[in-house]
Amino acid sequence: MIEIKDLHKSYRMGSNSLHVLKGLNLSIKEGELVAIMGSSGSGKSTFLNILGMLDEADTGEYLLDGVPIKNLNETKAAKYRNKFLGFIFQSFNLINYKTAIENVALPLYYQKVNRKDRQEKALKYLEKVGLKQWADHLPSELSGGQKQRVAIARALAAEPKVLLADELTGALDSKTSYEIMELVQEINDEGKTILVVTHEPDIAQMCKRIVHLKDGVIVEDTFVEQVRASQYVQ
Amino acid sequence: MRFIFDRDTWQEIFGSIRKNKVRTIITIIGVLWGIFVYIALSGATKGLDNGFEKEFQGVANNSMFVWTQRTSIPYGGFKIGRAVQLKLGDIEDLQNKLPGIQFIAPRNVQGIFGGAPPQVSRGMKTGNYSVFGDYPIVDEISKKKIYEGGRFLNEMDMEKERRVCVIGERVRNDLFSKDEDPVGSYVKLNNVYLQVIGVYKKSENIDFEGDNSLMLPFTTYRKIFNTGENVGWMAIAAYNDVDVVRLESDVKKLLKKRHKVHPDDERAFGSFNLGEAFAKLFGFAKGLNFLSLFVGLATIIAGVVAIGNILLISVKERTRELGVRRALGATPAEVRGQILLESVFLTMVAGILGIIMGAVVLAILNVLTQGDGGFPYTNPTVAISYILGALFIMIVLGTLIGLIPAQRAVSIKPIDALREE
Repeated sequence: MIEIKDLHKSYRMGSNSLHVLKGLNLSIKEGELVAIMGSSGSGKSTFLNILGMLDEADTGEYLLDGVPIKNLNETKAAKYRNKFLGFIFQSFNLINYKTAIENVALPLYYQKVNRKDRQEKALKYLEKVGLKQWADHLPSELSGGQKQRVAIARALAAEPKVLLADELTGALDSKTSYEIMELVQEINDEGKTILVVTHEPDIAQMCKRIVHLKDGVIVEDTFVEQVRASQYVQ
Repeated sequence: MRFIFDRDTWQEIFGSIRKNKVRTIITIIGVLWGIFVYIALSGATKGLDNGFEKEFQGVANNSMFVWTQRTSIPYGGFKIGRAVQLKLGDIEDLQNKLPGIQFIAPRNVQGIFGGAPPQVSRGMKTGNYSVFGDYPIVDEISKKKIYEGGRFLNEMDMEKERRVCVIGERVRNDLFSKDEDPVGSYVKLNNVYLQVIGVYKKSENIDFEGDNSLMLPFTTYRKIFNTGENVGWMAIAAYNDVDVVRLESDVKKLLKKRHKVHPDDERAFGSFNLGEAFAKLFGFAKGLNFLSLFVGLATIIAGVVAIGNILLISVKERTRELGVRRALGATPAEVRGQILLESVFLTMVAGILGIIMGAVVLAILNVLTQGDGGFPYTNPTVAISYILGALFIMIVLGTLIGLIPAQRAVSIKPIDALREE
């Protein structure tokens, strides 16, 4: 699903150049649930941004579902993001003047799905994350866990190939975190490829594979015995 | 195009407008005020314009009057201070030699320019009124409204030197009782009986006759007052496309030649050019019109700039939201289009509200000035083309100014937008 070969990225900070990613190689198959770990400054967010086409690598190869991702203009990047990727952010990033269902329907709007289908699909995914009865509530009326569920529904709505989650439990208490991870595992069980950037070991243990980043290189890449989040959830 | 008429597009726009009502209201007030000022001012100017026009309706507004005074330069063997007398021959000559003249009416009067108004009587009732000797053509220059049943002077009256007269409203009120029809009855002037053929309405406008005059055929007049070929003054109307000021000087030049007056003598002939006076008056109205156009436009521009400014702030505020939209697959064109449409939409709403408010104010003004307060103000309106023009300008400006925040919104990279806390 994802093929990364010799990926380099550096940032220019005034006169200095900061080499953030120093030649990453990674191959992720369909249906994997991968945790990307590392301390802050390890380059994991940069890596995720490149995977998310929010940022571009300096050199190296990035294949997403067989499609080479390079030299994208903004319009093309937007189309690919919409088609291939679903984003889940630490701070949810829901649009605060839109109701839950409108938020979920937004990527479908940009896919030019017609109104009726949009509503139907959005409602379907809200139901999947267990928030059907909250469809007409504004984000401000939802708890953190509920907001993240709406964000997950939104990421799923466009039916992307890959979900990219950036510290998706970072703003949540551990109980809610486990609930969210339970949902992520369920979605993964249905075959969706998911990448989770986290620095919490217990969250990483709930994935099937852990990639450790340190100083811009992969120092460890192991398949682990997945801990089911449901056992923490009462 | 599909983008503009798409219901979802508008839902997005309404969503973001509704999000910040106060900001939206403040934003549109600028443009609203601009278009309101523009509509109200230009409507009021138009009202003034119409008022002037009404005041002078019936007066050929490219007309002039020429009369004689005394010479101020000795010339051709004559000494200074000679009185010049216009003759009927002058009229003919002027008409033949100056093609710009549409109508020319020689006039005589007793009782206005010096000399007491002669006494006119009917039975026991008497009064002193000015008496005019006129060609029927004078009606083309200064229109008289005749009450039903009567008529104005005509060529037959002239030819036959009929002893007839048209009398003013006040003359009728003085000499006739209320239920009497004056047409057909006789009044006595200088021991001559004149049959009344018509009564003219008191004019709201400026004229010589007022409502206390008698108008006689020129030929009859000269017999009664023994004026021969003499002409008191002349009223001249030029064709619409003729430069009246130029014609005025041509007329005088010709008259000076005929009467052996020094070409540089400015005193011998007096004239009053209504055309010029009108031009000044209408020039004033035009100036006001221009002013209102300018002020209105400037205010609209200021308002639109304010919209652009606020949208710029709004884009900054919404950096994160726009970033999220980009991450979810909004193309730069879609983001740009949304901001642009927002700008144009706000401008339009403000504009239309402003036009409505302006129209209401003009309607109120119209009602308030309905009664004749002596203020020349009638039917304040704004031409539809002006309104459409203003709307067009607003759309164009709204688009142009919207481009700035739209471009800014697009230039934000989604990653930077999301990183911003």
